[in-house]
Amino acid sequence: MEVNLIINNTEFTYSAKKNEMLVDTLRKLGYKSVKRGCDKTSCGVCNISLDEKLIPSCSYLTIRANGKRILTVEGIQEEARVIGKYITEEGVEQCGFCSPGHVIAIYCMKNDLLNPTMDEVKHYLAGNMCRCSGFEGQHRAIAKYLEVR
Amino acid sequence: MSVNVGIPKVDGIGLVMGKPGFTDDLAPADCLIVKVLRSPHPHAKILNINTEKSENLNEIKCILTYKNVDDTNFSRAGQGFPEPSPYDRRILDNIVRYIGDAVAVVAGTTEEAVDLAISMIIVDYEIFDFIIDFEEAKSNKVIVHNNNGTRTMFEIGHKPEINLAAGYEMEIGNVKKSLENCDVVYEGRYYTQAQAHAMTEPHSAVAYIDFQDRLTIITSTQTPFHVRRILGKTLKLPLSKIRVIKPRIGGGYGGKQAIHGEFYVALIALRTNMPAKLIYTRKEVFESSYTRHQMRIDIKIGALKDGTIKVIDMDILSNTGAYGEHALTVLMVAGAKTLPLYNKVDSVGFRGDVVYTNMTPAGAYRGYGAIQGNFALESAMDELAELLDIDPVILRKQNMIKEGETSEIFEIMGEGQEGVAMTVESCKLEECLLKCLEKLDWKNKYPRVEIDEFKVRGVGIALAMQGSGIPYIDMGSSILKLNDDGFFNLLVGATDIGTGSDTILSQMCAETLGLPMDKIIVYSSDTDLTPFDTGAYASSTTYVSGHSVIIAAKKMIKEIERVGAKYFDVEKVEYKEGFIYSDTGKISLAALSTKLFYSDNQEQLVTVGSYVGTKSPPPYMVGGVEVEIDKRTGKVDVLNYVAVVDCGTTINPNLAKIQVEGAILQGIGMTLYEEVNRTSSGQNINNSFLRYNVPTRMEVKKIDVSFAKSYEPSGPFGAKSVGEIGIDTPPAAISNAIKNALGVRITTLPIRPEDVWNKIK
Repeated sequence: MEVNLIINNTEFTYSAKKNEMLVDTLRKLGYKSVKRGCDKTSCGVCNISLDEKLIPSCSYLTIRANGKRILTVEGIQEEARVIGKYITEEGVEQCGFCSPGHVIAIYCMKNDLLNPTMDEVKHYLAGNMCRCSGFEGQHRAIAKYLEVR
Repeated sequence: MSVNVGIPKVDGIGLVMGKPGFTDDLAPADCLIVKVLRSPHPHAKILNINTEKSENLNEIKCILTYKNVDDTNFSRAGQGFPEPSPYDRRILDNIVRYIGDAVAVVAGTTEEAVDLAISMIIVDYEIFDFIIDFEEAKSNKVIVHNNNGTRTMFEIGHKPEINLAAGYEMEIGNVKKSLENCDVVYEGRYYTQAQAHAMTEPHSAVAYIDFQDRLTIITSTQTPFHVRRILGKTLKLPLSKIRVIKPRIGGGYGGKQAIHGEFYVALIALRTNMPAKLIYTRKEVFESSYTRHQMRIDIKIGALKDGTIKVIDMDILSNTGAYGEHALTVLMVAGAKTLPLYNKVDSVGFRGDVVYTNMTPAGAYRGYGAIQGNFALESAMDELAELLDIDPVILRKQNMIKEGETSEIFEIMGEGQEGVAMTVESCKLEECLLKCLEKLDWKNKYPRVEIDEFKVRGVGIALAMQGSGIPYIDMGSSILKLNDDGFFNLLVGATDIGTGSDTILSQMCAETLGLPMDKIIVYSSDTDLTPFDTGAYASSTTYVSGHSVIIAAKKMIKEIERVGAKYFDVEKVEYKEGFIYSDTGKISLAALSTKLFYSDNQEQLVTVGSYVGTKSPPPYMVGGVEVEIDKRTGKVDVLNYVAVVDCGTTINPNLAKIQVEGAILQGIGMTLYEEVNRTSSGQNINNSFLRYNVPTRMEVKKIDVSFAKSYEPSGPFGAKSVGEIGIDTPPAAISNAIKNALGVRITTLPIRPEDVWNKIK
């Protein structure tokens, strides 16, 4: 089925299979920041922004994304560098496999929540798994980022 | 100053900004898709396997079964050579030994075709009886490895005819006599569970034949050089025909020490001359990779009335599942990395059996036996203190190992072989203990604080030790190459799997050369380009590979001074911080290196450093925890976890801190939430992140990590290891805190709300 995808402000006409998930489409089109981790919306490494809403792309059919605006970390490089500065200053990215999904989530959170408390931050990011870091460093980094932005 | 500075990871910003760097990111676009047909039976013989229909599909390019692959036995454990693990595995076998064992491998041009082809393979099984209960496995009528050519490289107590993958026994002094002479003896039985690594990047491997007609493998591994060796030996390929590239790795924690999909993609690339990739599904990661060894630990600990511990005895039963990867070594570490903590004893006993069962195999996992042994020992310490009516902190202080002391165990027990005698040159346990208690507010909180009618809080502590590499076995090496403009390539075999080892090794290099970090461009690891390293395991990288970097850098300074003297035409010059000084003048390294390439005394400077540890200085740690328990439900919340660690110098305090924070949460996960659940036939039933309870950020209230001021004289810049130590204390510390809160001892992990509730109802 032919779909029209707007990925990071670039339009694509893409022929998607009926059961194709957005994570696979995005990776095929070269957006490798979108990782595949669990296929069950439970780790957050495939997170993207879809019409300004944070979603896991592993369980979102590509044909449903027809006409929608998709943002991946490749499309927010400037802001990713700023968020990344705080993350890397804590050393909390570690293996980095979950980092792009984490960064896009923080990016969406900044738009969704005004002056969030750390408790609200935790709830918002609860779907972003990280097995390396223990999360404390992530929270330190986010607190500093939110202070500045 | 580059060492003991918390600078960002060299690959950090690239990873965070989503640059492609992981195995699947680097796979050629036209890769064949490889998938594995897995056994639905826990124990069966494949009588016939018919792949004809699948082969007839146009998109299918290759199918592997036991019929068309070599039947060489090997160990996929990913250890040094000769391996201490039994050679009990084949690439594909006609016997399947657990639900999830590989039956056939299919490669095709599309995922749909491969799925279809797998569904069309007809397998006739002769179904065998199976053994799941590891306490019934030894000498059971079901034999997991029955005359299949399994063998060992040396004596490891391997007796497959009675389901023993390995066994070990040792005694110092006379345990029986010492126990008789004690005023008080505590005996306890502890159980630890199979835990899943749950790294976010699934096991991934890509293979292709390159333009020199060589097999190239990009793989998510902790041990690229072991992969090359094991692959070459088993496939009977000269090692010169194989290149293994380790890209960025999305977490390992031991789970990527062994070989997973590498054999399959290699064979398919060799047979089809097409690139091939195998990315494990999450279900496969859970069911068909491996877990932590499940253990039963019987501990006896005896003391005199005054609190002097005279004897410790540990008897372990370990479950290695269907294959014996790391069977012996994990068992031995359960003693070797715990028993020396209390070194003033007359007698120590340690013995264990590692049994085969028809379950997903066990293998390397951060902590590697130490966490299991620590749970038993440090819980037993609190129980002993209660029997003696002595404060558990005082009991520990009185008996724990101190700087300048030793333990006979260092010499007797290594990993799979004898150990190495060693005097402890750095041990700040006392400082760690004091600081931990202070941070926990132990004085006011021990043993419990009643919050209200239903909620009670308790505090508990545990000590821990680990090692820093395996002496005389683990080797690291580095190559340092000077470029024009005065910067260096640092090529290391050490395998950064997200730990930050590329960064800390660069820091050591920059520090030795007196240069800023941006003059060191690090690369790891590629068997064609980087020198040998055993890999990222056994807490070895900082200590072992770190030394190799310093050696290479010191040699480089000598080389620079040699060419500098030539340049100035003098006997002697001095190199310092990027400049070469002679009596007649100075020149920058940037200028000299450019001249070396293009005009004056032209020469390429390269140095090599390699290092094998002669000891394994233990890092130490005290973990203290405050828990809150709801007596209505038995739910345990960790309010605060305080860790004070002695890892010598922290080469990068930020990265060291995150290593410990992450390890603590994995340890908390093992203590309270995580367990590989299985049906009575061994089928893994929590094989997804939805059902396997990895702790999320919602479970984290406070993790407070700090470091004792410590310097290990034998370490690079005074450093010891930090990768594993953090995981060891949570089981015992939390069990102790629950005991202090409620007065009941939970001896089986994980400690679920129902376990607590059942104990207090």
